[in-house]
Amino acid sequence: MTNTTDTSTTNCPECDAPLQREEGVMANEILPCEGCGAELEVTSLEPFTVELAPEVEEDWGE
Amino acid sequence: MQIGVLHARIRLEEKLIIAELEKRGVDLKLFHIEKLPFSLDSDGALETFTQVDAMLERCISHSRALNAIRVLESWGVTCVNRFEVAEVCGDKLATNLALSQAGVPVPQARVAFTPESALEAIEDLGYPAILKPAVGSWGRLLARVNDRESAEAILEHKATLGTYHHSIFYIQEHIAKPGRDLRAFVAGDQVLCAIARYSDHWITNTAKGGRVENYPVTDELREVSLAAARAVGGGIVAVDLFEAPQGLVVGEVNYTMEFKNSIEPTGCDLPARIVDFLLEVAEGRELIPTPAPAGQVALSAVAAQGRGGTS
Ligand SMILES: Nc1ncnc2c1ncn2[C@@H]1O[C@H](COP(=O)(O)OP(=O)(O)OP(=O)(O)O)[C@@H](O)[C@H]1O
Ligand SMILES: [Mg+2]
Ligand SMILES: [Zn+2]
Repeated sequence: MTNTTDTSTTNCPECDAPLQREEGVMANEILPCEGCGAELEVTSLEPFTVELAPEVEEDWGE
Repeated sequence: MQIGVLHARIRLEEKLIIAELEKRGVDLKLFHIEKLPFSLDSDGALETFTQVDAMLERCISHSRALNAIRVLESWGVTCVNRFEVAEVCGDKLATNLALSQAGVPVPQARVAFTPESALEAIEDLGYPAILKPAVGSWGRLLARVNDRESAEAILEHKATLGTYHHSIFYIQEHIAKPGRDLRAFVAGDQVLCAIARYSDHWITNTAKGGRVENYPVTDELREVSLAAARAVGGGIVAVDLFEAPQGLVVGEVNYTMEFKNSIEPTGCDLPARIVDFLLEVAEGRELIPTPAPAGQVALSAVAAQGRGGTS
């Protein structure tokens, strides 16, 4: 069903749910997948690609 | 005017700050900390970095941020926050030391390097005692130790299972706080706003169901927060405070604070206030706080008041 030539959509790497690039989204932004709740990081806007966000590391925080 | 933002993942906080900078029409440059190597050669400074009038550091990894700021400052880049601030705030032991040296009230703390001496420190502070990694955040791996048996077990686990960081045993006195802690947002010599964080869990900042409310900036809160911010080297920081029976004590100071849940309850436009400060710095505002012995006098007056009952 997914149109492979449409560069504004991609699929969740975890659950394969279709994802649409929303207005105002930024590169490196963290988005929750609406299908499975996984934390995704936007790796590119054009074409729209996402990866599973990296696990929290020991020195992360405020 | 050119402003840089050094970042990794873009959380809502970074998004809001970036949107605010764009709204002000400043020339904005984003630098992804993971995307380029930094040269340590004496002529290694990159012009794209040295051109900015101020660099806001908003990275999620403390050790990466710290080392990047170290290099950028060597290139002459004005960073918010400064290296010294990141170094002190990123390590709870260093923070406690800087605060107590400056006369800011803190929970009593000990550092020990073996499970045996850590046990001695815990018994000296009394139960319950708090064990936490010196570097870490979001309430991870915090332990409230209620008796000698659990102290022995936790210390053994930390020594055996943890990386070497976990054998730097940082131990704090437990503060019998009401079911909340406080946080003051500070920029330079101004307290922007404050919140109270409530939870039924003893870890009131991160536990599930924790709720945020506005907290009035009282004289005591302002005095203690500004003294804490000054003691760690100034800039834009969030001061976490506990209400101890004798008055406010500072638990820690955060130098890359999160604030998305604090905007609505306080009504304070934190991204806008952060940008205001950043622009002032870019225009030449001094970042290093001037030592103010007067502040310490005010502090002890506040502490005496807080003790109450006796006056
Ligand atoms: N000494 C203490 N006495 C009582 N409560 C404490 C003490 N230390 C920590 N806490 C509780 O645990 C929470 C988290 O502590 P702390 O800020 O040291 O951890 P953290 O990992 O840096 O968390 P964060 O980054 O979210 O602030 C505090 O907000 C407080 O509710
Ligand atoms: Mg904290
Ligand atoms: Zn998914």
